[in-house]
Amino acid sequence: MGTTVKVGMADLNLCKSPDMITTLGLGSCIGIALYDPVKKIGGLAHIMLPDSTQMKNNQNIAKFADTGIEELVRRMIAAGASKGRLVAKIAGGAKMFEVSVGSNIGNIGARNAEASKKKLRELGIPLRAEDTGLNYGRTVELYTETGEFRIKSVGKPVKII
Amino acid sequence: MSDYNFEDINRMYFDVLKEIGNIGAGNATTAISDMLGLRLNMEVPQVKLLSFQELGSAVSAEDDTIAGIYLELHNDLEGSMMFLLKMDSAHYLVNRLMGRAEGYDAPFDEMDLSALKEIGNIIMGSYLSALATMTKMRIAPSVPFLAIDMAAAILSVPAIQFGQFGDDALLIETEFGDDVKVSGFFILLPEPDSYGKILSALGIEM
Repeated sequence: MGTTVKVGMADLNLCKSPDMITTLGLGSCIGIALYDPVKKIGGLAHIMLPDSTQMKNNQNIAKFADTGIEELVRRMIAAGASKGRLVAKIAGGAKMFEVSVGSNIGNIGARNAEASKKKLRELGIPLRAEDTGLNYGRTVELYTETGEFRIKSVGKPVKII
Repeated sequence: MSDYNFEDINRMYFDVLKEIGNIGAGNATTAISDMLGLRLNMEVPQVKLLSFQELGSAVSAEDDTIAGIYLELHNDLEGSMMFLLKMDSAHYLVNRLMGRAEGYDAPFDEMDLSALKEIGNIIMGSYLSALATMTKMRIAPSVPFLAIDMAAAILSVPAIQFGQFGDDALLIETEFGDDVKVSGFFILLPEPDSYGKILSALGIEM
């Protein structure tokens, strides 16, 4: 086993085999894992909001699905990954509180998931698997040796996608 | 108003927000004392301005299970509010309310969950009534919503709301208790326009 790289909220990072990269307690945020299976380079972004262009306060590029994914791809290529080989897995985007439909946070998880998938499509990166929505938090771990994306939740068995 | 972001407001009016937090938390402690028929002492609340990277682990470790009760706010003040408890504090309060022996910590059943929701509702209600009295604003809270989950996952909700306008959040920690200490955390999340309204209601010009 290698070392563990931890990604915070509105943060992104990458690592190489045999290391593992993780982010703890995704709620309505999305964890986007990108992986180059040949170079065994894995990247993880923990985004909070769908779209940087709708915000005045958008200096923190890791906070948004659009700019966060672009930056993660750029950093992975700089580290030796090939854009054509990158595959994606995403998790998170829960609705933590059963608030009313009209609420501005009610559907933020779903919007985050949608925006992440849209950006991946734009970049031509195939989405291999996802575990999004519902009403619980998720801790995710990307294993660069295998590309396995493990999802842990309170009171639920570990899910591997 | 819209030229300001949350950072500016939070930093400039930290003392005012702290005072609102103190009074609100004081009221909330009195409400819990009345509800449980206890005499509780309250420590001076700690008011912290945190980046949302720090917010995820401010209450407990990011993947520790905590309880969060959430209210939406309408009328003169638009926004939302959260009250957060570590699980030992949540069990303590529910046990007191349900008349159980201390130390009982079996998973919450439906009745316990609804008791916990109501505890949060009463605590936040008394906090909000202090705020409403000080600002002469009408505040209409929604029914309470409850989540028991990983701390960072619950805190992603206020983090996302703060994140739309800035990069930090105001967290108020209050400790109260008799022989057992209970720690509760408040997060008040007014929308930016409502932030301005609170401050001008207190006689502060933006």
